[in-house]
Amino acid sequence: MRRWGALERRNLRVGLFFISPWLLGLLAFYLYPIGASFYYSLTNYNVLQPPTWAGLDNYRAILHDPIFWTSLQNTLYMVVVGIPIYTVVDIAVALLLNTKVVGQPFFRAVIFLPTLIPAVVLSILWLRLLDPRNGLVNVVLSQFNISGPGWFSDPDWSKPSFILLLLWGSGNSVVIYLAGLQNVDHTLYEAADVDGANWPQKIRHITLPSLSPVILFNVILAVIATFQLFAQVYIISTTGGNGSNAAPGSPLNSVLFYSVYLYQNAFSYLQMGYASGLAWILLVITLALTVLILRSSARWVYYAGSR
Amino acid sequence: MPAVDSRLGVVEAPSRGGGAHRWTARKVVRYVGLEVLLVLVGILFLGPFAWLISTSLAPESQVFTTTIVWIPHPLMWSNYADALNQFPFWEYFRNTMIICVAVVVGATASSSFVAYGFSRVSWPGRETLFVVVLATLILPYQVTLVPLYLLFKQFGWLNTYLPLTVPSFFGNAFFIFLFRQFYLGLPTELSDAGRIDGCNDLAIYWRLIFPLSKPVLATAAIFSFIGAWSDFLGPLIYLTDASKYTLSIGVQQVIGQEPHWTQLMAIGVVMTLPILILFFFVQRTFIQGISFSGIKG
Repeated sequence: MRRWGALERRNLRVGLFFISPWLLGLLAFYLYPIGASFYYSLTNYNVLQPPTWAGLDNYRAILHDPIFWTSLQNTLYMVVVGIPIYTVVDIAVALLLNTKVVGQPFFRAVIFLPTLIPAVVLSILWLRLLDPRNGLVNVVLSQFNISGPGWFSDPDWSKPSFILLLLWGSGNSVVIYLAGLQNVDHTLYEAADVDGANWPQKIRHITLPSLSPVILFNVILAVIATFQLFAQVYIISTTGGNGSNAAPGSPLNSVLFYSVYLYQNAFSYLQMGYASGLAWILLVITLALTVLILRSSARWVYYAGSR
Repeated sequence: MPAVDSRLGVVEAPSRGGGAHRWTARKVVRYVGLEVLLVLVGILFLGPFAWLISTSLAPESQVFTTTIVWIPHPLMWSNYADALNQFPFWEYFRNTMIICVAVVVGATASSSFVAYGFSRVSWPGRETLFVVVLATLILPYQVTLVPLYLLFKQFGWLNTYLPLTVPSFFGNAFFIFLFRQFYLGLPTELSDAGRIDGCNDLAIYWRLIFPLSKPVLATAAIFSFIGAWSDFLGPLIYLTDASKYTLSIGVQQVIGQEPHWTQLMAIGVVMTLPILILFFFVQRTFIQGISFSGIKG
């Protein structure tokens, strides 16, 4: 074993001194809660009385809980239907922004703006935009003689309504795609020009493969974000889509997403053990989905370094 | 630079210098088509904003008509005054600002300090621990939600701003990452010069490195301000007393009652404005920060 010199020991001390706030935070706000969360998931705990040991009861109960399955199904709907839509639209918008058209910085800012709006304001705005009777969207539709749906107040349309809302607020990923597009090796396009390729061919064989690591990154972020979807859903669904009070996830639990159900268990029903169990299942599901996507990526992600 | 603009992938914009590309009819059509398409996309994204502002200035009766009025008549500027008076706006605003200021100060100061230890000093195990920093970024917040609530409850911190502000003083993983990238880019000669002048690391950090990090500082400050300003779940869980409410929670309570939509939209404009103003100040660094964080993957 090599002994550390005086300089190395001094550097270690200095390094640890500087990172000590983070180390304390790691202990108090991550390591302890992670351990405690796992412990609580094995107990019955309603806050009023001390926790009592329950073994795997919570996990068993969760797997037999039809509302758990509803919330998981709703969330997976948003993953399977929503994410492909955001991905295609965001890449299309990024491609459009990446052309040398007039006013590119202006349009980039415009597309980014919705991501800056606080969740509460976003909710007020979309409650009005998608109001079944006199919201902007349905009024515009009625001018084309289409009678618009009930959006947030219709169980068949509430999830698509949220997809629309989230799509409007997905400027973050447009900006990331745009940065990715600007990193594409342009000599590839020049070579393609020499070969007489047209633009769909260039997109298919150069742009998308070069962009694929960024797509992978954005898709994984979107999956994680979908499982954490909370504020807008809570605010909009508790108004019942029309300003009256309703249970979170209304109508008919159609937008009861995973995080909303977890919140309800913890803070409405005070079932802290059950909610902790849900949190651990959430962690396992997001990890599993991430691993699944990463595994599949070997087939569709192209890394410039490894040809 | 060759005149070929093929890096754009989609279109070869007409290059002014002539050369390889000339204005052909086809290119003009394609160029105009793209510009029109972009304007349409811009309208789709800006439309809801225009609607927000327009409704905030409309008479309440106009909200319930089925005709679209973009410029309301009469313009009800009084909606703004009514909204700010009817609803304890200033109280909620003050509460929100207290939290925001504490979070901005705590998160920027602690993160820049911690990042120094992760970049300007080399010590065994540094890179391994930095991976742990990044790992905390992807941990779903739900895992720590319940235990943290119970912990803060034990501290007697419920219905105070402490659960919303104190954690920010222990470094924010994303900001630590941003500061570290920036510090790594500064020359080592800078620290050497400081050492020759008799500075220890604390002095090097405070006098040399920290003052240079203004761009990252601005980005981190604004990110954390926006985060605290818009936060919904934190105040929802921890604040129970109406006199402690933040704007987000206060407004949410109003939607649940009998909403005056025009006034709500006016408050919406007022709540969004500070963020937009901040955004325009640091637009460039902000977007760089985002793209930068995106590329790390």
